[in-house]
Amino acid sequence: MTGAMDLPPKGGFSYDYCRRNAMLADKGLKMPGFLKTGTTIVGLVFQDGVVLGADTRATEGPIVADKNCEKIHFMAPNIYCCGAGTAADTEAVTDMVSSQLQLHRYATGRESRVVTALTLLKSHLFSYQGHVSAALVLGGVDVTGPHLHTVYPHGSTDTLPFATMGSGSLAAMSVFESQYKEGLTREEGIKLVADAIRAGIFNDLGSGSNVDVCVITKGKTEYLRNHQLPNPRTYASSKGYSFTKGQTEVLYTKITQLKPKVEVTEGDAMEE
Amino acid sequence: MARFDPYENNGGTCVAIAGAGYCVVAADMRLSVGYSILTRDHSKIAHLADKCVLASSGFQGDVKALQKNLAAKELVYEHNHNKKMSCPAMAQLLSNTLYYKRFFPYYAFNVLGGLDSEGKGCVFTYDAVGSYERTGYSAQGTGATLMMPVLDNQLKSPSPLLLPARDAVTPLSEAEAVDLVKDVFASATERDIYTGDKLEIVIINSSGSRRECIELRKD
Amino acid sequence: MDGSHASGSKVAAADGPGTQRTQYPYVTGTSIIALKYKDGVIMASDTGASYGSTLRYKSVERIKAVGKHSLIGASGEYSDFQEILRYLDELTLSDHMWDDGNSLGPKEIHSYLTRVMYNRRNKFDPLWNSLVLGGVKKGPKGEEKYLGMVNMIGTHFEENHIATGFGNHLAIPILRAEWREDMTFEEAVKLVEKCLLVLLYRDRSSINKFQIAKITTEGATIYPPYSLKTYWGFSAFENPSQGAVGSW
Repeated sequence: MTGAMDLPPKGGFSYDYCRRNAMLADKGLKMPGFLKTGTTIVGLVFQDGVVLGADTRATEGPIVADKNCEKIHFMAPNIYCCGAGTAADTEAVTDMVSSQLQLHRYATGRESRVVTALTLLKSHLFSYQGHVSAALVLGGVDVTGPHLHTVYPHGSTDTLPFATMGSGSLAAMSVFESQYKEGLTREEGIKLVADAIRAGIFNDLGSGSNVDVCVITKGKTEYLRNHQLPNPRTYASSKGYSFTKGQTEVLYTKITQLKPKVEVTEGDAMEE
Repeated sequence: MARFDPYENNGGTCVAIAGAGYCVVAADMRLSVGYSILTRDHSKIAHLADKCVLASSGFQGDVKALQKNLAAKELVYEHNHNKKMSCPAMAQLLSNTLYYKRFFPYYAFNVLGGLDSEGKGCVFTYDAVGSYERTGYSAQGTGATLMMPVLDNQLKSPSPLLLPARDAVTPLSEAEAVDLVKDVFASATERDIYTGDKLEIVIINSSGSRRECIELRKD
Repeated sequence: MDGSHASGSKVAAADGPGTQRTQYPYVTGTSIIALKYKDGVIMASDTGASYGSTLRYKSVERIKAVGKHSLIGASGEYSDFQEILRYLDELTLSDHMWDDGNSLGPKEIHSYLTRVMYNRRNKFDPLWNSLVLGGVKKGPKGEEKYLGMVNMIGTHFEENHIATGFGNHLAIPILRAEWREDMTFEEAVKLVEKCLLVLLYRDRSSINKFQIAKITTEGATIYPPYSLKTYWGFSAFENPSQGAVGSW
C-alpha cells in the first residue's frame, strides 16, 4: 500500500538538491565553475524614454571568457533587460519571460507593459530563493510611459530614475550620482550611459571591452551594439607566427569508413 | 565579522628571456586587489646588480620587503668583496632568502634574469618557498598560465636530460625577443584581468642595460 | 616599537596554549580622499566613526598634520590610528632632537609607516587601518609633492590621487576621469566635494560633516568641519510605486 508519505508534496518549495549539494560540497566536491558576467550594466530615464547600457566582458574567475558578449537582452519590442550574474541564469530567465510576454501579446493583442515583465521576473526569482543568480536592470516604454527597474536575485525590485548593477555598479554609480539630472535629452542620456559604462570598464576588473547601448522611446527602439570600442589591441608583432608541421610522430594509420556503403540488391535503384 | 588575512594577491605577470648575449626581463605595471585597480603605474622590477634584474609579482608588501632585503644583502656583498654580485650568486641568495621563510612564506613569484660570469644570458625561475631552476625563459604570476605555452612553442629549450648538457639560451636575437615579450603581454592582457595598463621591459647586454615602456589595455 | 606595545591587541584571549593576537576593528572611520594639486596636496574625509553599523561618534578628526611637511589621513580602527599618531610624535620628536636642521619629509614618514604596518602584520597583530600620507618638501629638484598610501598588511604605493575604503570604489573613477596636475586649490576642493557627496549618497557609514585639509610649502591647514548640500528631489523618488502599479 502506498502511504501518503510517498506522494510528492503539493506546492511549497523543495530544497532537497540544495541540501544534497551543500552536503557534497562539505565532503569536498568541487562544483563546475559557471560563466559569470562580472559586469557593469546601467540604465537611466531621460526626457522621452529609457537608455540601457552594458559592457561586453564575460569572465570565468580571473580569465576573460568572452571579449564581446551581449548583455542587453530582448524582452519585448518595447522592453529590454540588462543581465548580470551567472550568464546562463540571466539568459534563461529573460528568454522565459520574453516568451511569456509574446504569448500574452498574442492573447491580448496589446503591447507588453514593463510592470508585467517585472512581475514575471520577480515571481520567478523569488520562488528560487536567490539560487537563480540573475541581477537585472529592466527598462522600457509602454502605454503608461518610460519605466526603469532593478531586480535582485532574491526577487526584490526597485523603481529608479537611474540604476546600476554588477561588479562595476559602484564605478558606474559614481558617474550617475555626480552627473544625472532630470529631463536629459537623448544625446545627453546616451553620453551619460556610455560614460557610466566606461567607468565600469576602466575601473572594475570584472568589466571590460566595449560599450553596448539600447535607447527605447515611444514606438521606437534602437539597439546600438558596440556603440564605443575603447579597447583596441595595443601591440601586434610585425612578423606572424609559423608552426612547423610534422612535429608529432605518426605511429599507425587506420581509416574507418563513416558511412557504410549500401548496395541495393532487390528492386530498382531509385532515380538520382 | 572581518577576519585578519596576512596575504593579498596584487596580481601581475613577470617574464624573462635569455639569449646568447642578452637577457630581457619584463613585467606589467598594474597593481590590483580583488576587482579594483590600485594603481596603473607600479614597477615590479628591481635592478639588484649590474647584470642582475628581479621581477616579482604576488603580494606587494612581501615583494617590496624581499626586494629591499636582497638589495641590502647585495650592498653588503659589494663592500665585503669589492665587486658586484653575479647573477647566479644572486639566484642562490634569493632561493635561501625564500626558504628562510618556509613556514610563513613570502607570497612572491619571482623571475630573475641577467648575464652569467661568461656573459651569457641566464634566467632563474622560482616558487614561493625557494625551489629554483636555471632556464632559458620563464613566466610567473597571474598571466603565466597563458604565456608559458606560447613561450614553449616559440623558444623550446633543449631537454635538461641531454648529454652533453646544452645551453638553455634561446635562439632569438635581442630584437626578436623584445618583440615576442611585447606580443605575449598584449595577448595575455586580452584574457587575464589582472594583467594590463603598462609593460616595463629591462634589457641587459654586454653594453649595459636599458629600459623600455609600452602601453597595454587599461580595462 | 618594542614588544611592550601589546596594548594594541583588543582580543588577547588565551585560547589554550599560545595567545590569540588576531584582532578585529571596533570603532572605524570610513574613506579618505586625497589628491595632488598645483601647490601641494589636499586631503578630505567625513568626521564620523562607526561602532559596527552604529554611527557612534560624529566629530572625530581623521586627518592630522605630521611634522612640518606632511598630512596623515586614516580610515579603519580609530584607536589604532591614535596609537600611530603616538609613534609619529615619538619619531618626529627624536628626529628634532638631532638639531641638525633636517626634518622628516612625507616620503620618509610614509616609508616609516610602511615598515610599521608590515612588521605588525608579520606579528599577526595588525594595525587595522588604511593610511594616506601627503606632503610637500623642498628637495634637490625644487618643491616635491608626495602622496602615498599603505594598508593594514603593508601594501603600499604612490599615486596622484588616492581614496581608501569605499572611496576606492566610488571616488577613484571620478578622480581618474577628472584629475589634473595643475588644478588650483578651488578646483581641487570642487573635485573633492564631488567625491564626498557621492560617498555620502552611497556609503552608509558616511555622514554629512566633512573636513578638508591642505599641505603646501607654507605648512598644513586643517579647515573646520562643514556640510554639503544634498538633492533628493527626483520625481521617481517622490512616489516610487507610481512607476510600478500592479507590481508588488
